Amino acid sequence: MALFTRTVRAPLEYSKSLWMRGWVTMVMLFLYIPLFVLMAFSFNDSKRNVVWRGFTTKYYGVAWENDQLWNAMMNSLTIAFFATIFSLVIGSMAAVMLWRFRFPLKSAVDGTMSLPIIVPEICLGVAFLVFFSTVGWPTGLGWPFNLGAIIIAHVTFCFPFVTMVVRARLATFNREQEEAAKDLGAGEWQAFRDVLIPHIKPALVSGALLAFTLSLDDFVITFFTSTPGTDTFPVLVYSLVKRGVTPDVNAASTILILFTVLLTAIALKLQGAKALASTHS
Amino acid sequence: MTEPIIQIRNVTKRFGKVAAVDNVSLDIMAGEFFVLLGPSGCGKTTLLRMIAGFEVPTEGQILIDGQDMSRVPPNKRPVNMVFQSYAVFPHMSVADNVAYGLKIAGVGRGEREDRVREALDLVKLGGFEDRMPDQMSGGQRQRVALARSLVMRPKVLLLDEPLSALDAKLRAQMQFELADLQDEVGITFVTVTHDQDEALSMASRIAVINKGEVAQLATPSDLYEYPANRFVADFVGSVNIFEGKLIIDEPDKAAVDCPGLGKVYLNHGVTGPHGADVWVALRPEKMYLHVQGKGKAVEAAAKDAPEGHNFARGQIKGMSYLGDITLFEIKLDSGAMIRVSRPNLSRHDQEDFTWDDKVSMHWRADSPVVLLG
Amino acid sequence: MAEQDWKQQKRPFAAVATVPLFWTLIFFLIPMGFVWFYSFGRNVGLTEIDIVGTLDNYKRATEWLYLGIFLKSLAVAALVTLICLIVGFPVAMAITFASEKWRPWLLLGIMLPFWTNLLIRTYALMIVMGQQGYANSGLGALWNGASWLKTLVGLQPLSTWEPLPLLYNNFAVVVGLVYVHLPFMVLPLYSALDRLDKSLIEASLDLGAGHLKTLFKVVVPLAAPGIIAGVMITLIPALGAYLTPDLMGGTDSQMIANVIERQFKRANDWPFGAALSFLLIYVMFALIAMQGLRKKTGEVR
Repeated sequence: MALFTRTVRAPLEYSKSLWMRGWVTMVMLFLYIPLFVLMAFSFNDSKRNVVWRGFTTKYYGVAWENDQLWNAMMNSLTIAFFATIFSLVIGSMAAVMLWRFRFPLKSAVDGTMSLPIIVPEICLGVAFLVFFSTVGWPTGLGWPFNLGAIIIAHVTFCFPFVTMVVRARLATFNREQEEAAKDLGAGEWQAFRDVLIPHIKPALVSGALLAFTLSLDDFVITFFTSTPGTDTFPVLVYSLVKRGVTPDVNAASTILILFTVLLTAIALKLQGAKALASTHS
Repeated sequence: MTEPIIQIRNVTKRFGKVAAVDNVSLDIMAGEFFVLLGPSGCGKTTLLRMIAGFEVPTEGQILIDGQDMSRVPPNKRPVNMVFQSYAVFPHMSVADNVAYGLKIAGVGRGEREDRVREALDLVKLGGFEDRMPDQMSGGQRQRVALARSLVMRPKVLLLDEPLSALDAKLRAQMQFELADLQDEVGITFVTVTHDQDEALSMASRIAVINKGEVAQLATPSDLYEYPANRFVADFVGSVNIFEGKLIIDEPDKAAVDCPGLGKVYLNHGVTGPHGADVWVALRPEKMYLHVQGKGKAVEAAAKDAPEGHNFARGQIKGMSYLGDITLFEIKLDSGAMIRVSRPNLSRHDQEDFTWDDKVSMHWRADSPVVLLG
Repeated sequence: MAEQDWKQQKRPFAAVATVPLFWTLIFFLIPMGFVWFYSFGRNVGLTEIDIVGTLDNYKRATEWLYLGIFLKSLAVAALVTLICLIVGFPVAMAITFASEKWRPWLLLGIMLPFWTNLLIRTYALMIVMGQQGYANSGLGALWNGASWLKTLVGLQPLSTWEPLPLLYNNFAVVVGLVYVHLPFMVLPLYSALDRLDKSLIEASLDLGAGHLKTLFKVVVPLAAPGIIAGVMITLIPALGAYLTPDLMGGTDSQMIANVIERQFKRANDWPFGAALSFLLIYVMFALIAMQGLRKKTGEVR
């Protein structure tokens, strides 16, 4: 196999060295074997994730019929959808505010707004638990209003990420473009709409994807904010893992993994791998 | 005769299917200031990096001081490199940068300090020991990179586009300094550049590289006065090239009939069969320009060439005054364009000529060069 | 970048500032404030809490039992970070120096788990690490193979393979946290290495240093900001990890987040949980301040 043949290599071709390739292969196996095993077991004709008993797709059917699973999925997607939209708007506003204006206590505001990124999830989770029970947030509302508390909690920890991404993009904006627009007769709002928004569009896309994944991914904060009937997919899987997993969860998980792959592919198409990697650091 | 310090034997380097360096053989002698000159992407930097050991030749062999370098990694080669970006370690002071290689070589503290000081004095950076690289100008950083390599006392110093990042004034100064430095330390220098002025002013010998191959290997003046082919003639200096047929081909004289320029006479023989298609290269500064109608050009040309040779007429279509010289774009009667430069020997010299003036020009019989390819 | 004074453009400023400021105030500062106030409170009755300004909760939180859990959480997080750094650094190097063709795929390989649902990943890892999971059967096969080899050369066979208890212990927690956080470490390392001028490495090699020396004298010092970023991005979430120790840990592997959760969900001792939460936040602040300090001294140099 060409991957492992030893050739004379230039000094900086580290990735061609055997042990480096072996190392990367091991890491990739470590990261992916569990996911592949999970996906394989979604086709296993057995109730337990232990022995292979033959191929079946029946658990996809079971998952399809499982109302609990459906509800959790719908809740997750609905929450992620609204959380993304709110985070995008609020996060971009915050980014423009911090980039554009000088105002009193600016560094304090800047620091406070990025705190939700740093504060441990568990602390944020208990804060929302305390907050919603103290203010007496109404429970038992009809769908989707019963998801309000969770959406609020998700927006709070998602929008600072959007701010971060958008601000990084704004830093590369050439103010002369805006001045040129104004020179050509555009007003404040028109210049904003015609020049600034197009410039930050890639950041809006990656910010949206980031917010959507973070929201879909979140367990801890949702766990503390959810009330009966508002279980999200992660919360449901958590309780099933504790009590005993049914194979249809494997099927649902497989679908979610494929969904993630699809989202990542879209993000890649839009931005390229390098740019995408840089939004994570 | 002494053995060459670097022998490049039939070296080829392919990236994928593209040959960046194509079957190059070169010998570089000890003590030379050797320049690899060529346009960007011609493979000259790849060749230099193969000498340093950063690229592995696809085929062929490189010997340094008689030793085959195929299996020798860069850190074990008796050569050192000054990088195009200088690659001065930004997290180390100037002194630490220069001492880096010595520390690794296990040179004792006392000797190390002496040698660092000596090297910094050599590049005129005495007293800068404790500076950090980000507090220095580009020119100073380059001197640090030079000192860092020189302190290792390499057999060969490799320089990758050493002057390309400097501004014009500094570049001119560094050209002289590098040449002096090489004289002083007596180390073989191998430099890569795309700048012909740089190459001509510093080199003892130049290899012109084109598309991975050596187009010509010669001293600077030979390269300029006797280019071997159209590529070299065109790349080194500026030149007028005309197509023609060889009509006289004798041991002591030759003549070419160029439809664009007229008949060109040379007072020496050329290689090439009678009637062959050849090119005549004529440098702008090797022509004498006259206001037409005074018959001087004809007269002057007649001195060392038969009548009707080495002489042309035309009209000035463009002028650029460059201070020391004025450059003329002239449309010949044949319709071809030619460039002629003229030194401004006195203050009002250039006023003799202006746009649309009818002019004539002549050149001496040893000025044109006949090129076969 | 010329920033504008908000007073000169009050209306545009108000348009972008109002919503984020109010959101942060109402849905972040006030909830955190509640927790902070509760941490000085006392339980009266089942749901009633009096804010009496007592420090008892903090006193209790610094008792040896809880201090021990804090220290253990720190130790686990530090160990996880160290493993991620050691495992992740060569991967980041490999991506940086990979060919143009391979690099995007390797990056994708690291990023995909990052985007995959945390619970699914944890659950998947639990399947593999279970008593009868593939990790155990793989080890079992190795064991039997070794045993067979021994009999082949005429030695006593090894004793029969007992499945290892890979799950529900501290080992599982560390493996789980490494599994979850490895991508977080690799990406900042990669972007730091990618920014590094490759000719600096070549210069070091050219001056006679070997690859290892170059790594420690040139690459690591210059990639330090990325290394620190990777360490922080791994250490902080690992310290506050709830899910992994809860699902994969045993009875003795609870970390501080699990203790906090218990106060709120089961023990119903909100004031004490609040105090623990804020202690955890203060530890985070201390870690971040240390990083900031490092950065400052770096700049002075």
